[in-house]
Amino acid sequence: MGQRPSQSVDSPVLSWQELEDNFKDLHPALNAQEIQVESTRCLYCYDAPCIQACPTSINIPKFIRQLATGNPTGSAKTILTSNIMGGTCARACPTEVLCEQRCVLNDGEHEPIKIGQLQRSAVDHLLDTAQEHPFMRAPETGKKVAVIGAGPAGLSCAHGLARLGHRVVVFESRAKAGGLNEYGLAAYKMVDDFAAREVEFILQLGGIDIQYGKALGSAVSLTQLQQDYDAVFIGIGLGKAHQLDLAGADLSGIGDAIEFIEQLRQADDISIMKPGNNVVVIGGGNTAIDAAVQSKRLGADQVTLIYRRGAHQMGATEFEQDLAAINGVNVIHWAMPVGFTGESSVQSAEFEHCAIIDGKLSGNGEIFSIDADCVLLAVGQYMVDEGLNSLDFEKGKISVDEHFKTSLNGVYAGGDCVHSGEDLTVQSVEDGKRAAKAINEFLVEV
Amino acid sequence: MADLRCNIAGIDSINPFWLASAPPTDKKINCERAFIAGWGGVVWKTLGDNPPGENPPVVNVSSRYAVHKDTNRAFIGINNIELISDRPLEVNLREIEEMRKEWPDRVIIGSMMAPVEEEAWKSLAIKIANAGVHGLELNLGCPHGMCERGMGSAIGQVPEMVEQVTRWVKEVVDIPVFTKLTPNTTDILIPAEAAQAGGADAVSMINTVNSIVSVDLDNMAPRPVVGGKGTHGGYCGSAIKPIALHMLAEIKRHQHTANLPVSAIGGITTWRDAAEFIALGAEGLQVCTAAMIHGFKIIEDLNDGLSDFMDSKGYRSLDDFRGLAIPNTVDWNELDINYDVKASIDSDKCIECGKCYEVCEDTSHQAIEMLVDKVSGKRKFSVIDQECVGCNLCEMVCPVPECITMQDVDNGLPYVNWPNHPKNTMSQPS
Repeated sequence: MGQRPSQSVDSPVLSWQELEDNFKDLHPALNAQEIQVESTRCLYCYDAPCIQACPTSINIPKFIRQLATGNPTGSAKTILTSNIMGGTCARACPTEVLCEQRCVLNDGEHEPIKIGQLQRSAVDHLLDTAQEHPFMRAPETGKKVAVIGAGPAGLSCAHGLARLGHRVVVFESRAKAGGLNEYGLAAYKMVDDFAAREVEFILQLGGIDIQYGKALGSAVSLTQLQQDYDAVFIGIGLGKAHQLDLAGADLSGIGDAIEFIEQLRQADDISIMKPGNNVVVIGGGNTAIDAAVQSKRLGADQVTLIYRRGAHQMGATEFEQDLAAINGVNVIHWAMPVGFTGESSVQSAEFEHCAIIDGKLSGNGEIFSIDADCVLLAVGQYMVDEGLNSLDFEKGKISVDEHFKTSLNGVYAGGDCVHSGEDLTVQSVEDGKRAAKAINEFLVEV
Repeated sequence: MADLRCNIAGIDSINPFWLASAPPTDKKINCERAFIAGWGGVVWKTLGDNPPGENPPVVNVSSRYAVHKDTNRAFIGINNIELISDRPLEVNLREIEEMRKEWPDRVIIGSMMAPVEEEAWKSLAIKIANAGVHGLELNLGCPHGMCERGMGSAIGQVPEMVEQVTRWVKEVVDIPVFTKLTPNTTDILIPAEAAQAGGADAVSMINTVNSIVSVDLDNMAPRPVVGGKGTHGGYCGSAIKPIALHMLAEIKRHQHTANLPVSAIGGITTWRDAAEFIALGAEGLQVCTAAMIHGFKIIEDLNDGLSDFMDSKGYRSLDDFRGLAIPNTVDWNELDINYDVKASIDSDKCIECGKCYEVCEDTSHQAIEMLVDKVSGKRKFSVIDQECVGCNLCEMVCPVPECITMQDVDNGLPYVNWPNHPKNTMSQPS
């Protein structure tokens, strides 16, 4: 593992203004006129397909109708009732493959309703104007639940449980809550510290205490939590990024894309964050796109994104792929890394063209190299099972039943650390929401 | 290009479109702009002279219009509480004279209003006629403000006064007189017949509908809010077109009034609206609200669209299709109860919004079936013929053009109306 990507010195430096422009909102908030036009374009469908396409089943036509009639607060409540992180999901959801993909206007007008944008305007309105939290807690039940991880799954579960009257203590290994909302999304998707604002909003409900710097396995143990609490929810996400076992992979200048994205999100001064001049990003998911586009926007001269399969197989949505293209990222398909060269830091990355041969992805022997002073790996993450030895696992993640219950009684899990759906914020919120219901039923029975 | 020229009550116009007496015709500068844009005529904003010589006879308030919009910015209707012209009579008359000289091929009608006093009507009518107008329009319709002084709709709602006022004016001028009727009455035939009896050469109708268009929920007062208070006003625009069409049809399909020329007013916004009024027999047309919303340029598509429609149907002049819908406008009792029509959904065009299904299920006859493909989740909607009563609701709510169509059913049954229907126990054999 190489050290943290460092700034290159020999490329033109972007002005403050250019940097600011490059990292402003990717989708600026709709103005009042846009909200009116877009909300009234919605057909207000019966049993709308968009609702079915939303992992959290937000009643989309209802919230859009509420925007159209001038009831933005009610609209936000409709959203937040189904998805307490409706604000982040509005910004970060790949709506083009979820709700907006199912909008019937794709057929009629070749242009779906901007559901994500409308959702954002409703939730932002409530966050900006509401005097108090829109939900009330049920009377105290006297039950205590431990939640491990203050990411989308953990906070969604905590909010659901606290609403039902239980007390929740969230153990978070890091210094901030929000999980990938805070650390893992591209800066231009979450401007103005939105993840932190949303956490603050969720905590307004009351009944939720977050303890920071408490990692599972070191500061807290599952066995101890089982003894001290009436139930436990695990929402630890995926802890580690996959590495490449290739020659030269330990050279300086080679690092994790997810780490780069995180450092950028946490940076006070993004002008010193340019990862390199010739940046090579390896991977095909949205993390790869986020790393590549942000590198370019930080001023990197050449950014090349290399994926071992074709455009159709990329995990990144078409929108994200287009975003890379319009930002000047060179995208190379059907090539896999075979090694890196350099003195102490990386200077070049070697790839081999590949294809599907006999149903299997194989190199064809054609090698090429790309100058690189920075290589960012976005080849997936895996779950760290530290402190979870007592649980059953399934394909590298915690094994849960349909109620998000693990193999241990009273212990539940959700989010990216279980197999529930796509590894998306919106899925994690749904997992946490449903787990909270299941935990409540468990607590009532006990 | 069809011939759009029209003649109403002996007045020739280059096209049937006149601007109605209202703010758009308040003064020369407006009317000039209208003529440049292509309008065939203007009915000058209503003039008053009461008491004679005391100019101007009215003072208008500030905050005058309010709107009824849908959620998508579109105007449904406007209401106004403006009174008649607040400019000195002699200024208006001088401008009318100038305009008549400068625009010889365009029509100028002088609209007027006075209390129910013979001398007031006669002296004002003479003054306006002497300015050279093609005709006079007697404003017996304003439902706000002026009626509180015994004018406008206060006259229009009393048939005897309608007849009297019309007669007074007819006695002193030899130009066509249009009596403008208020819709704020139960049966439009009564004032129309009164105007006819008084000698009116035509009626202009309808004037605005009495209304409160909206309540300002912050100030808790009707809009437009004038210093914390509001009042009822005159409603106009698209929303009143159906009311105007009905009243026009009433006049045109009744024997006594059928030949009374009508200068039709009421929400005419597009060429299609215009064609509909002509199809129900209107001799001329007046427009106001549409121009107030979009400006005078709408005349371009009013003319062009009407002409194109006529070309497509082979009508060479307005007379070719004027009144063609009148014989088909009948009492309910004349409708064929055996006629059958049913909805048909074109599943190739359907975008699966489900609106037809929802409204039929919730509010109508449960005549649409929804089948969901378990694998793809695709929804297929089809009409259950036995349940469909042919109400048209699904066709109306469908957002896709020509996806749902109403199809005639040939049931082989003969025409039968209610008076002759076997289930009609009150029927009196004709």
